[in-house]
Amino acid sequence: MVDYIKLGLRVGLEVHQQLDTRHKLFCNCPTILEDDYVLEIVRRLRPVKSELGEVDPAALFEYKRGREFVYQVTRNSTCLVEMDEEPPHPINREAVEIALTTALMLGSKPVDEIHVMRKEVIDGSNTTGFQRTAIVAMGGQLRCGGRLIGIQTICLEEDAARKIREDGRRVVYRLDRLGIPLIEIATEPDIRTPREAREVALAIGRILRATGRVKRGLGTIRQDLNISIEGGAKTEVKGVQELDLIPKVIEYEVSRQLRLLELREKLRERTSPQELEFNPVDVTEILKGSKSRIIRRGLKRGYRIYALRLKKLSGLIGFELQPGRRFGTELSDYARFWGGVTGIIHTDELPGYGITEEETEMLRKAVGATGKDAVIITIGPRENCIEGLKAVYERVLEAFKGVPEETRAARPDGTTSYSRPRPGAARMYPETDIPPMVVSRELIERLRENLPKTLEERVEEIMMRDGLNRELAEAVVDSEYYRAYEEAVAVGVSPTIAARILTQTIKSLRRSGVPVEKIGEHHLTQLFRALSEGKIVKEAIEDVLSWIARNPEKDISDALQALGIETLTEEEVIKLIDEIIEANKEEIIKAGPRALGIVMKRLMRQIRGRFDGGKAKRLVEKMLKEKGASPTMA
Amino acid sequence: MLPGYRGLAKRLLEEAGVRVGDFIEIVSGGRRFRGILMPRYELADDLHISLKLENGYNIGVAVDKDTKVRLIERRVERPFEERGRVSRGGVRISFIGTGGTILSRIDYETGAVKPSFTLEDLIDMVPEAEWEYRVDMLEFMKVFSEDLTPRHWAEIALKVAEKVREGFEGVVIAHGTDTMGYTAAALSFALQGLPVPVVLVGSQRSSDRPSSDAALNLRSAFRYAGHGKYAGVFVAMHGGMSDDEIHIHRGTRVRKLHTSRRDAFRSVNASIVARVVGGRDIQYVDVDGLKGRGEGELVVKASFEERVALVKMYPGLQEDILEYLIGSGYRGIVLEGTGLGHIARRLIPVVRRATSMGIVVVMTSQCIWGRVNMNVYSTGRELQQAGVIGLEDMLPETALVKLMWVLGQTDDPEEAGRMMLKNFAGEIGGRSLPEYGVV
Repeated sequence: MVDYIKLGLRVGLEVHQQLDTRHKLFCNCPTILEDDYVLEIVRRLRPVKSELGEVDPAALFEYKRGREFVYQVTRNSTCLVEMDEEPPHPINREAVEIALTTALMLGSKPVDEIHVMRKEVIDGSNTTGFQRTAIVAMGGQLRCGGRLIGIQTICLEEDAARKIREDGRRVVYRLDRLGIPLIEIATEPDIRTPREAREVALAIGRILRATGRVKRGLGTIRQDLNISIEGGAKTEVKGVQELDLIPKVIEYEVSRQLRLLELREKLRERTSPQELEFNPVDVTEILKGSKSRIIRRGLKRGYRIYALRLKKLSGLIGFELQPGRRFGTELSDYARFWGGVTGIIHTDELPGYGITEEETEMLRKAVGATGKDAVIITIGPRENCIEGLKAVYERVLEAFKGVPEETRAARPDGTTSYSRPRPGAARMYPETDIPPMVVSRELIERLRENLPKTLEERVEEIMMRDGLNRELAEAVVDSEYYRAYEEAVAVGVSPTIAARILTQTIKSLRRSGVPVEKIGEHHLTQLFRALSEGKIVKEAIEDVLSWIARNPEKDISDALQALGIETLTEEEVIKLIDEIIEANKEEIIKAGPRALGIVMKRLMRQIRGRFDGGKAKRLVEKMLKEKGASPTMA
Repeated sequence: MLPGYRGLAKRLLEEAGVRVGDFIEIVSGGRRFRGILMPRYELADDLHISLKLENGYNIGVAVDKDTKVRLIERRVERPFEERGRVSRGGVRISFIGTGGTILSRIDYETGAVKPSFTLEDLIDMVPEAEWEYRVDMLEFMKVFSEDLTPRHWAEIALKVAEKVREGFEGVVIAHGTDTMGYTAAALSFALQGLPVPVVLVGSQRSSDRPSSDAALNLRSAFRYAGHGKYAGVFVAMHGGMSDDEIHIHRGTRVRKLHTSRRDAFRSVNASIVARVVGGRDIQYVDVDGLKGRGEGELVVKASFEERVALVKMYPGLQEDILEYLIGSGYRGIVLEGTGLGHIARRLIPVVRRATSMGIVVVMTSQCIWGRVNMNVYSTGRELQQAGVIGLEDMLPETALVKLMWVLGQTDDPEEAGRMMLKNFAGEIGGRSLPEYGVV
């Protein structure tokens, strides 16, 4: 067991949650994603000088790589604002109110006036080259497992465009997601263990959901983590989508930092930065006849191969930092980012990749390396190779100091990869196209008087009011269908039935692969109305919901028609029971107490999904009694 | 130094002796804030102070009479460093700045719009400026294009003429986009027989934004100015919403047709002259009537009559507006009529009075696309009888500039009328082609 307290672990959490507003943050487009697009435009972004006359070095590199961004314009959720062809409209007040409500629930103090800023981001995810963001509130705290976690800031910002694919210099984004309001809640670095981070994320998520105004489903909530240990460095991990991954990401990051500190000692034992030279050598000729696929593919494109000797570092490039990620993997990420090459190959993994022992020896010889040295090779256009190896060289020098400050991206298995150096504070500019918005005392008072109940309060409330047990009540409140539940109860559906449908039924449908996320709230409203009016019985609900999930543009009435569901009247059922009893008279008399089961079995075959089973049973009991048969069940 | 501040907020700041850019502390409403004092947005109220927090975000802090403001640290002036890059190429380009979005950069600490557009900035945007061109930069004026007047056109024309005579191979003029079409037309008339290309260029997104269209517009403008085969006055702006193709328009045929899109400029009733693809590859489209580089002999005629008005016909237009122009000594009126070139019949007597007093009255169409024809309806025929001259397929704005220029060249209304129908700079086309169609 790792003692995180002893390691001095400090974690700050940033939760980003999409808001379920009618319109986007800075235009009147609806906040929906689309499957198709109608137009593509191509853009380039240039880094600009900050007020200090400086250009963000990472931004400059991205630009020099000559990246081209293709933006897909969708029909219903994109306008000229997302295309950066029209100035932004004033900030969406609905989104501001949701953010302020959340702030009040966390005891965070709203700012007196909201100023929208531009945060430079030139990876193409924003057509403008910056993300618009504003502080809405500061301070506050959250009680979590008996500890108080401070809230730093609550911001409102625009979501980025959706990355569709990346091929070489071209990155394709879709604009539908760009501009959807996001609330960002950043905690102080008060979190002390990986588990606690998950608990805090969960608690923040529950507060957000209590507003009833946030989006649900995959990709609508995203966590960033700031992680540091004593003697390490602050690492920012972006884009953790799943709650359960949070502890893992932290554990891996802690072990990475510890391993980097270990590596530092090993490096210092072997050599010093002064002994390492940057002397890349063109080794294209040596590998000309190589059977390696990577090499052959590169040479076909006319690429060069360059090698760099790292004196006395043999064996350390393969040093493992995280499961499946070695120091060499880090170096490869650096080469890729700064050099635009596809990666590196190093002698700790050679012979390999189709490069033979003999070729490895020739490589060593070409750069004057002995068995104690490591050799890194990379393939690409000359300039890219040099830039890539330069980044590798500088990262190795960094390793002598310890852990560099970085922004890293979370991978699905919880490990992380280098994405860029941590950006400076100098990349924030005022958004001069949007007037500041005064947060009036009246607005805050109105919001404070109408604060939504917390999820805990809701659980208590529906247990008392509707007689649900705690388990079911919590399931309903925690589900994304709480609003639908309230409506169901309001139209007279039994609370237990409504709760079961909204939790268990939907869950089991999801498990069997039904796309339940397509079921809209209006569908549920229609469904419960139909249920309360007796137009549909609960046995048919599963079929109806599956059908709707596959035909989300249709209504419940269409589903009933398509599935041939029409309910039977009591008279019709009585007639059916009568027929069954008449036809099986002898058997029924013989059966004695099992008579009920015999009749029910036959009856249900005919009425399943068209008449309520419980009601049918009572009718059969009554009629068997009338006809003198024994109505008791075995 | 408290730009944008008024009233109570201003008084508090003055009393504390702080200036924009200083690191200050505000205690207000029981809360304490520290940050850099920022300038105030012009439309904002006087009850808040704008502060840049240490995390880079700005907020507004509400103030009242009990608010305390305290200076913590004075703003440190940072001298602007030039890295000393030079342009040492062979193609000599004169680069003239007149103002507008393309040249402006906001100083975020003081809120002032810095005029600074250095060679450094230019080379960042037009890398070829370092090795391909030898650029002579001239910050000629700093005027938003909506503030330009015919006097400015004349000044620009004279400056361009000077540069052309100095032997530059091309002239690039950075200009605000709002009235760039007017200036382009004015230079087209004022600079007859140009031997080199003069290219006006602007941007729809300011140059200090990563997504600015300025870079590609400028690169392409330099490309055409330095290497284009045909001389004359042109406008270079985006041809579409993508950053790939820049269109070279004739100065007399181009109009801003969108408030914000980067492809706002279109050639109307004409084809574009050329497109510049990827900032390098010039593809000619329609060069009919253009003179080749070096063929012309420059004649400068840079005087404009300012007492010319452009009047748009609308339902309910009153005589008194025209009466006012007549009474105030206007010498020319460009009518932007409806359809084929009409105004309400009841206005015809006033128009007749204007022409009889020697005021030149010409007709264009508010349809934007298409040609005026005043023979089809009786209103048109009556207007002709009243002395109104139909200007074929000339843009209303070009007609205004041209009439100002013509009246700057002659005092004789009849001569002016003849000149209005003579094609000086491609402003009138004989054929209306289907591909000129409405965008």
